[in-house]
Amino acid sequence: MSRHIQLTEQGRLKHFLTIEGLDKPLLTEILDTAESFAGMSEHQVKKVPLLRGKTIVNLFFENSTRTRTTFELAATRLSADVLSMDIATSATSKGESLLDTIHNLEAMHVDMFVVRHAVSGAAHFIAQHTAPHISVINAGDGQHAHPTQAMLDMFTIRQHKKQFAGLKVAIVGDILHSRVARSQILALNALGVAEVRVIAPKTLLPAHVKSMGVTPLHDMDAGLEDVDVIIMLRLQKERMNSAFLPSESEFFRCFGLTEAKLKRAKPDAIVMHPGPINRGVEIASSVADGPQSVILQQVSNGVAVRMAIMSMALSGQGGAA
Amino acid sequence: MSKILIKNGRIIDPVNQLDEIGCLLIADGKIMAVDSQPGDFAADTTIDAAGQIVCPGFVDLSVRLREPGHTQKGTILSETRAALSAGVTSLCLPPDTQPVIDTPTVVEFIKDRAERADYPQIYSIGALTQRLAGNELSAMFALKQAGCIAVSNASAPLGNLLILRRAMEYASSHGLLLMFRANEAALSGKGCAHEGAVASRYGLPGIPEAAESIALAQCLELAELTGCRVHISQISCKQSVIKLQQAKKYGLNVTADVAIHQLHLTENDITPFDSNYHVMPPLRSAIDRQYLREGLCNGTIDAICSDHQPHDLDAKLGAFPETAPGIASLETLLPLCLELTRQHRISLSQAIASLTSKPAQILGLAAGSLTPGHKADVCIFDPQATWQVTQDSWHSSGSNTPYWQQTLTGRVTHTVQAGKLVYRLTDAS
Repeated sequence: MSRHIQLTEQGRLKHFLTIEGLDKPLLTEILDTAESFAGMSEHQVKKVPLLRGKTIVNLFFENSTRTRTTFELAATRLSADVLSMDIATSATSKGESLLDTIHNLEAMHVDMFVVRHAVSGAAHFIAQHTAPHISVINAGDGQHAHPTQAMLDMFTIRQHKKQFAGLKVAIVGDILHSRVARSQILALNALGVAEVRVIAPKTLLPAHVKSMGVTPLHDMDAGLEDVDVIIMLRLQKERMNSAFLPSESEFFRCFGLTEAKLKRAKPDAIVMHPGPINRGVEIASSVADGPQSVILQQVSNGVAVRMAIMSMALSGQGGAA
Repeated sequence: MSKILIKNGRIIDPVNQLDEIGCLLIADGKIMAVDSQPGDFAADTTIDAAGQIVCPGFVDLSVRLREPGHTQKGTILSETRAALSAGVTSLCLPPDTQPVIDTPTVVEFIKDRAERADYPQIYSIGALTQRLAGNELSAMFALKQAGCIAVSNASAPLGNLLILRRAMEYASSHGLLLMFRANEAALSGKGCAHEGAVASRYGLPGIPEAAESIALAQCLELAELTGCRVHISQISCKQSVIKLQQAKKYGLNVTADVAIHQLHLTENDITPFDSNYHVMPPLRSAIDRQYLREGLCNGTIDAICSDHQPHDLDAKLGAFPETAPGIASLETLLPLCLELTRQHRISLSQAIASLTSKPAQILGLAAGSLTPGHKADVCIFDPQATWQVTQDSWHSSGSNTPYWQQTLTGRVTHTVQAGKLVYRLTDAS
């Protein structure tokens, strides 16, 4: 199996499964394409006919209203036909295998699967086993990757910081269980930022996190010193049950982003969060709603970035324009 | 019983410190002589082994046949064919069949299926605890009487250390070898890959080396306490090698084996999410592999096994963490061992010893040698022959191997089991 399963022989995007293996020019092209779509949402007519006649199926094996909605909106604005399937409550619970579900949908002549699954590697698996004309977009697989989220974050960073060179970025919180963080780290490094710091207790950092090209830190005050971008991650409540952390309040005390801690960063630093946020757990409301927060812009940018990725993947396979 | 003459081959028999071109004479199921000339030996079958190596048949310490219970993955028939084609003439069957090998009935069932002259010798390993559930001791004496060569809890966890202590005391009371897969389940959790750079990058739940080395250290302490003869199965990491080396130096009567793939593959070889690399214990780091190789060279690790685990396609068809671990590895055992000798990591004689006399000694078997008078289990292989791993060259029901489609060097051409020629390579390659 090729390590570049997501690229065509010409180096164009076929699937979008992970940031790994994608170079700066391609990531930049995604951002540029997204920019051309970004202005559209302010227009009276919000649609372009790029994917007219194409059928896109959102396959969500794990619930996520927010991500699914932005994918639906993105596909609709590209004029594709969209079908959203909440598999968590249908076929597989009747004992149908993942592959049978995929093959059944293939038989309905779809052009793209947008997949979210609770297990790392699920999107790769589907891409390897689906019909060759179908593109697969990873909307989050286990703890592995969430590349469209990472790209909308890169888009938001570029909006505010213009370029990646020289930027210091801090990612704070549960890195270990975060597919978003893994994809962000790959994207930030590929786009050439100066430094990526990950700030968390050791219980919430992958064992070999340094090999991912980041600086691990366990002290938030030192970690935020002089950074341009702060990315806060969502803390799942169940982490308290398996001895990762003593309590939410202790986590907030050490790693929650407050106005006082934010002062350590550069004055023009932006605050990001992939959502949904836990107010008072990883971030104080005053920061989440404050002037440096770009959290809602991330949400708006999600549609444009996903439009870019979907249209590039479907044109990469020689389908649409 | 037929008489077989194997001539012109390079005979390597580590136990008898033999490495010379000569003739091997087999009669009445036994090795008759190793000689430079056949003399007046009237053979029914003559094998010209020029350019080939003649050695004892391999003794494999861990082969899943998948029968009884998992015949969609393999059967005694299919997997023993694979074993013979791989030069394996004796093999140990771990107790995690379905039903579990925890009663004499299951041992008898396997014997009934397997007691044919052209099958490799199958040694059942009895369950250490009932149903392998880890809490109540199995009827080890009855299992031994039925023919079990050792007891083990396979990869199933034991309830607590007291159970392990009692099991050791009881097993050693009956002179039974205890085979132990070192794994602290609380530390390995739901892990499916080595807790290293690759698992960190791919978001795969990791298994730290300590999950193995802590369990190993506890086991060695209890072996010391109870005097039980313990064999550690399929070690995978640096710390395990170090702890074993210390224990052996200290004089503890302990042995260990390593699965052949651990001597070759590391976490870095895992093609993203390719389930054929999903194996337990997981493929570790290059440093761990280095320690395993050195441990094999300096005798800390006694034997190499295949740890053969054939699977049906469905078991490997899924996202990596959801697939079944294991590699169908019988038929790649010899070529991969030869690869180690070509890399000068181990001598040919040492490699053959770790596949023959060493595992036989661990089990207390009079096998693994070409000593005259012993049962004639012989493997003849061409060390230069190249072959491609494909459906046409493969015998196991399981095609779950990372080496699928690859070209390997070294191939078994003949296997003699109890004096009978039971396998002969037929295809032109």
